[in-house]
Amino acid sequence: MGGMAPYDSVFSIIGPIMVGPSSSHTAGAARLGGLARALLGGTPVEAELDLHGSFAETGAGHGTDRALVAGLLGFSSGDDRLKDAFEHAREAGIVWKFGTVNLGPDVHPCSVRFVLRAADGEALEMVGSSLGGGAVRITSIQGYDVDISGDYPTLVTVHEDRPGLVQEVSALLSRYAVNIAFMRVARHHRGAHAFMTLEADHDLPPELVTATRAIPGMVSARALPRLA
Amino acid sequence: MNKTYRFDTMADLVALAEAEDISLGEVALRHEVALGQLDRDEVLAAMRTRWATMKQSMEVGLAAPQKTMGGLSHGAGQMMAGHRPVLSDAIATGVMARALAVNECSAAMRRIVAAPTAGSSGILPASLWGAQQRLGCEDEAVVMALLAAAALGMVMANRATISGAQGGCMAEVGVSAAMAAGAMAEMAGAPPDVAVHAMALALKNTLGLVCDPIGGYVEVPCIKRNAIFAIHATTAAEMALAGIRSFVPADQVIAAMKEIGDAMPKKLKETSQGGLATTLIGLEVMARRPRVDHVQG
Ligand code: SF4
Repeated sequence: MGGMAPYDSVFSIIGPIMVGPSSSHTAGAARLGGLARALLGGTPVEAELDLHGSFAETGAGHGTDRALVAGLLGFSSGDDRLKDAFEHAREAGIVWKFGTVNLGPDVHPCSVRFVLRAADGEALEMVGSSLGGGAVRITSIQGYDVDISGDYPTLVTVHEDRPGLVQEVSALLSRYAVNIAFMRVARHHRGAHAFMTLEADHDLPPELVTATRAIPGMVSARALPRLA
Repeated sequence: MNKTYRFDTMADLVALAEAEDISLGEVALRHEVALGQLDRDEVLAAMRTRWATMKQSMEVGLAAPQKTMGGLSHGAGQMMAGHRPVLSDAIATGVMARALAVNECSAAMRRIVAAPTAGSSGILPASLWGAQQRLGCEDEAVVMALLAAAALGMVMANRATISGAQGGCMAEVGVSAAMAAGAMAEMAGAPPDVAVHAMALALKNTLGLVCDPIGGYVEVPCIKRNAIFAIHATTAAEMALAGIRSFVPADQVIAAMKEIGDAMPKKLKETSQGGLATTLIGLEVMARRPRVDHVQG
């Protein structure tokens, strides 16, 4: 969320309405799971969740593990089923595994790395942090540095690094009357695939996402909803 | 006129309120509308929903003892509610009971409203319930007080932190008590600068409060701490209403909080590697707790 204060809304302080015991370790964890689910495009069949810092130290007592899995199932942080997320995940056929990881000294103490695989073979590696009070940040997707808050509907694309492509995406957005709040393009090196995140002021219509996918050179495009 | 009602500091916030002779709650409301997602009525309705959820969590916690995840607290809210006050009065013990009740609900994975966090979720509802009893005001006044609390919380969150893992418990319970103190002062009719003094008095006297929860559960010291700091918030608000001012301006208190939080050892910032968590009894609890890497499906 380029340059904006992370706590810009009154509801980031009074809220979320959530299942306890911890806004950072439970609500934030559920929201990160929900973002990972949206990026993958559905419920994973395999999930590896590596916990960093305070998530690793105190996660079990805070229900962080259940909350992350609840998010992967699409449950919101205020959903009463969060408590029984493991049972629901078993029913949904998710095979999951928790581990611990040290992502480095500069990474926020409440962080997690998801390594997910969907039934259609789609794979996702995502790193995210829970900042406190339920606010979250995705900091890396498939190894690309990103900065996504989930406070805005977000479009995430992987595409060939060719001139004009980014303009085509923004032309599409204006055709659907979607205003861009923040935009960020990253690539590993020149000519490699580029990675774009675009936070919008309004919800992204499904037709817009379909049209984005049809742009020549587009590898993938996903819409993240605004988090509850 | 500042159309965005943006405030980065407590000084900005007070200036915005004074410039138009409006309350801190009204500044927060106009700021939220200016974000462009919700109109005035929608913001008020969303805040009303949060107050309704807060009231519900107070009732649920008072109705029956909650089974917390770590089992380290049981029915404290009920005990307090059934206690005939000896050294204070029924509203004060009612505040304590409600703060305990909400936090036990939270620890039992029941629904609460983070304010600003779940670990500190009992302070604001209990404090505002108490202020409402004493002042005899409508729920709409509480909704405006919640908005005022949010404005104060936003500054602390953006200038320092509201994460126990980053700033210790002063970032959670301290911030919550400071929000409650300012909101209650405003509810009682204090002008914006006085409400901010109440906030500063409350926050200043939680500086250095560490986060060392036993076994990693948000139970000890968290649950009882909510009751104690709800009363701390009332003290700060009452002092500000009496004309007592924070010697250190609010923004400088927040800067000190940030510095102290950064300097605080990691073992006292929600890692359960020191303090109460590593007392003899804390280690006993730790030895029998589940570990995340042992959970597998
Ligand atoms: S001690 Fe830590 S976990 Fe408990 S309320 Fe304070 S900040 Fe939250």
